[in-house]
Amino acid sequence: MNGAAPDVLIVGGGIVGAACAWECSLGGLKVMVVEADVPGSGATAAGMGHIVAMEDSTPEFHLTRYSQIIWNELVHEMPAGVEYLPCGTLWVAVDEEEMAGARRKQASYLGRGVPAELLDARQLAEAEPSLRSGLVGGLLVPEDSALYPPVAAQWLLTQSGAEVRRGRVVSISDSGAQLEDGTLLTAGIIVNAAGAMSSKLMPGVPVTPRKGHLVITERYPGFLRHQVVELGYLKSAHAAGGDSVALNVQPRATGQVLIGSSRQHGATHKEIDRPILSAMLRRAEEYLPGIMDLVAVRCWTGFRATTPDKLPLIGPWPGTQRVWLATGHEGLGITTGPATGRLVADLILGRTPAIPAQPYLPARCGHA
Amino acid sequence: MPERIRIIVDGRELHVDRGVTVAAAMMNAGIRAFRQSVSGEARGPLCGMGVCMECRVTINREPHCRSCQTLCEDGMEVQTR
Ligand SMILES: Cc1cc2nc3c(=O)[nH]c(=O)nc-3n(C[C@H](O)[C@H](O)[C@H](O)COP(=O)(O)OP(=O)(O)OC[C@H]3O[C@@H](n4cnc5c(N)ncnc54)[C@H](O)[C@@H]3O)c2cc1C
Ligand code: FES
Repeated sequence: MNGAAPDVLIVGGGIVGAACAWECSLGGLKVMVVEADVPGSGATAAGMGHIVAMEDSTPEFHLTRYSQIIWNELVHEMPAGVEYLPCGTLWVAVDEEEMAGARRKQASYLGRGVPAELLDARQLAEAEPSLRSGLVGGLLVPEDSALYPPVAAQWLLTQSGAEVRRGRVVSISDSGAQLEDGTLLTAGIIVNAAGAMSSKLMPGVPVTPRKGHLVITERYPGFLRHQVVELGYLKSAHAAGGDSVALNVQPRATGQVLIGSSRQHGATHKEIDRPILSAMLRRAEEYLPGIMDLVAVRCWTGFRATTPDKLPLIGPWPGTQRVWLATGHEGLGITTGPATGRLVADLILGRTPAIPAQPYLPARCGHA
Repeated sequence: MPERIRIIVDGRELHVDRGVTVAAAMMNAGIRAFRQSVSGEARGPLCGMGVCMECRVTINREPHCRSCQTLCEDGMEVQTR
């Protein structure tokens, strides 16, 4: 506990903080991470670990795809516990309207250089035999994958060589990060990567928590082959306000099935909300009739860090000299963590990022 | 005299008294590996009372049945993997 203050102090050791630590250390910076709990135990442990290229907007595509490419390099260095599974994503259409959506989505992926294959009803049934009959078709995006995020976060932190310090930060300002016990940690740059809690440490940061439920089953190898997502997912996920559930199920490398998903605004307690959980499971059953025969071993909740425009906040926080944000990754932070770390390091070191950083800059929030 | 019945464990026939649990039948036949953990370790009954889930086997094609809580039935098929 001595020596010069670090170049970069990262508050939060989730996947985002860990990726920032990794990339900054690679860039030659001296890094310290302060984490209130076990690294990787926040949303990073609660999430699904679906690494997915999304194309709803260009900035979302750039960040998810760029990050996916970084992931694909990283996973080969990571330990087996990361449970990397190149399962692809299968977007499922229940009617012609959703099939038209699948076609538009395919065109969008192909136009951006991402392989995507349309499946008719028969091909869909062959690709994913547990799905009910009567579905219209689907879109297979083979380069998406799934992994176990907390192990990845731990690995990135350890490999970065950054000093990891246990402590709860109560506020962040130009003078430093103030811990609960009164200690003030100083650094050249302080990065707020506290996820859904990031707005608690800095007034004015437009991040709100959005609750989600997940269920994991016993091992049933072969029950599910792809991450299966309904095409109505986008409508419900992006519906502002109200609570929603959608089919989003994932095969784990262990043979377990991870069942999601739900989204609730305004819920702040961690406890299971029974009606939401039942609605979520019923939704899954509408697509996968056999799913209710599987034995569930655990269910839990987590909080996504949501921003008003659905894009993360990455970069300097206006009105300060040395405070930066790396937060607001909503339901995509496992996917976009590595690219976030790369962008933070690029911007700190004055390197030109591989994708435009401007759409994610906190300056867009008009805070002064 | 209790009725003798027959169960098949991984293709091997075991003859047991009616009223015996699958776990007891298997243990008596010298079987110790009932299932495998995620990392491939052999696992078998621990608590004997339905709590620990260590004794799970596939019974008549239904996976994850607790053998310590299931009575043998004539012709029952059990798989340890
Ligand atoms: C149900 C659910 C499903 C999801 N599924 C996916 C998915 O399939 N794919 C995907 O890409 N993303 C998914 N996500 C989103 C993803 O989990 C998050 O975006 C991501 O984990 C955010 O990482 P983070 O490091 O910003 O936050 P966190 O992992 O929450 O890390 C923040 C860290 O900061 C620490 N901290 C908080 N306050 C303080 C403080 N005061 N002082 C010190 N430390 C503090 C916390 O302990 C925590 O470790 C899902 C999220 C949920 C909830
Ligand atoms: S031995 Fe513990 S549940 Fe069967």
